[in-house]
Amino acid sequence: MDLIIQIIYFIGAFLFILGLKMMGSPITARKGIVWAGVGMLLATLITYFHSEITHNYIWMTLAIAIGGVIAYISGKKVAMTDMPQMIALYNGMGGGAAAAIAAVVLLKMEFTNGIVQTLAVLGAIIGTVAFSGSLIAFAKLQGLMKGVIRFPMQQWVNALVFVITLTLGLAIILSGNDYAIATLVAFFVLALAFGVMMTVPIGGADMPVVISLYNALTGLAVGFEGYVLGNPAMMIAGVVVGSAGTLLTQLMAKAMNRPISNVLFSNFGDGGDGEAQAVSGSMKEIDSTDVAVMMAFAEKVVIIPGYGMAVAQAQHKVWEMTKQLQERGVTVKFAIHPVAGRMPGHMNVLLAEAGVPYDIIYDLDEINEEFPTTDVVLVIGANDVVNPAARTDPGSPIYGMPILNADYAKNVIVVKRGKGTGFSGIENHLFFADNTRMLYGDGQDVANDLVTSLKEL
Amino acid sequence: MEGFVALYIFMLAAVVGYELISKVPVILHTPLMSGSNFIHGIVLVGAMVVMGHAEGAAETIIGFIAVLLAAGNAVGGYVVTERMLEMFKPSDKLKESKNKGGH
Repeated sequence: MDLIIQIIYFIGAFLFILGLKMMGSPITARKGIVWAGVGMLLATLITYFHSEITHNYIWMTLAIAIGGVIAYISGKKVAMTDMPQMIALYNGMGGGAAAAIAAVVLLKMEFTNGIVQTLAVLGAIIGTVAFSGSLIAFAKLQGLMKGVIRFPMQQWVNALVFVITLTLGLAIILSGNDYAIATLVAFFVLALAFGVMMTVPIGGADMPVVISLYNALTGLAVGFEGYVLGNPAMMIAGVVVGSAGTLLTQLMAKAMNRPISNVLFSNFGDGGDGEAQAVSGSMKEIDSTDVAVMMAFAEKVVIIPGYGMAVAQAQHKVWEMTKQLQERGVTVKFAIHPVAGRMPGHMNVLLAEAGVPYDIIYDLDEINEEFPTTDVVLVIGANDVVNPAARTDPGSPIYGMPILNADYAKNVIVVKRGKGTGFSGIENHLFFADNTRMLYGDGQDVANDLVTSLKEL
Repeated sequence: MEGFVALYIFMLAAVVGYELISKVPVILHTPLMSGSNFIHGIVLVGAMVVMGHAEGAAETIIGFIAVLLAAGNAVGGYVVTERMLEMFKPSDKLKESKNKGGH
């Protein structure tokens, strides 16, 4: 039986890698997740026959049923706009599971090997931090927790907590099987606290990077605990996710032109090195009828969606508007900044939900040279990703971040709820430019008005 | 398991993960993060083993929590990833309208 189990685990690990590979292309992505799912199902079922499992079958099944049903229902019901926080939540659960495995193993105190014990402790720290950190990320994106919590010397306090956690972990490793339960409890409590403390000062705009980082950390924790349990499927799947997640985190941080350390240890919106340049000019309003005329007689329109479109649930109306423009022979393209929304590719998912085909959606690099030949750029709920200050103003906190060069277009229409500075609190020079007109209102209402106006033309 | 064999496994797995992601278009980043989130749901297998030989109330309760959380990770990760990927489709309509428009 053990041989059969090993074979199934091997097949499972293979299917995970195959699945992940297939998820790398839009054409095969759907099959990829199904294959990975088959691997997971096989591995889970065969584990019931694992020789080390001697009892608790009923409780185990009950736990799977409870966890599975809750996750199934919440996963089916969640709106596409709320996907990022659900991923954070499920990821936190995985990290928590890895940490709980480590807790049971450490409670048993049956170590015969220092390496095993070291990886159990490391997996415990990483898993616990991913658990509490992901839950905070979830709470923030879900709106359960408003704003960021900052206090003086915060980074030093966090560092201190981390060092004490590591010291306790080291003490557990060095003592062999002779550590106090109190030490173990303190170790876990401090690791939990560190995850919370590390995440609370990070602003919502940086959450994609943070969620991706915790995803990688959970993978690593699972890989380490897999070694502790002598389970190669866990080791391979965990470390594959760990390294893939690390790369994904780097790609995202790079897209924002901020090193990961900067995301984690400095606070966004605190201001750059110098004074930000004062903005000259004024914001000029326009109404939706004029915008409709402008777009209808344009040759090329580029739409730049941001988180504001997600909040307003405007993607369906925007697509309806796009179709009307296409019928009139206008070329319409969507330009997506890598960090638009709350996750990389968040906007792509929302547009896909509305039915926008992915071949009219373009990345930053693909679309940027087209702006000078674009007649109308429609910015819907995006802000920092089109702020020319990133190019021109060394004093701005976002200086150096690659942006969509919307300001190079002949006309720019910015759809915005109000006159405020938005999520990051940075003044946007684009709004004051001579070729920019502001169209105030909720994204969905505005898109609706535009559709109506286009029909009447 | 032999320490060095494990090290090789870790190294090769890390290379595979890195290679898989490095050639992926940005539009798939969210589904991929979600997909890899599902894959570390394999922690369920470990949680089951741990619970299956747990002794005493503390170990059993923590084991129960581990299995519950891991099942949530696996099932939730699968459901949201599948929902996201279901929506990706290319445009046939667009090609038609382009032909009609005649640029």
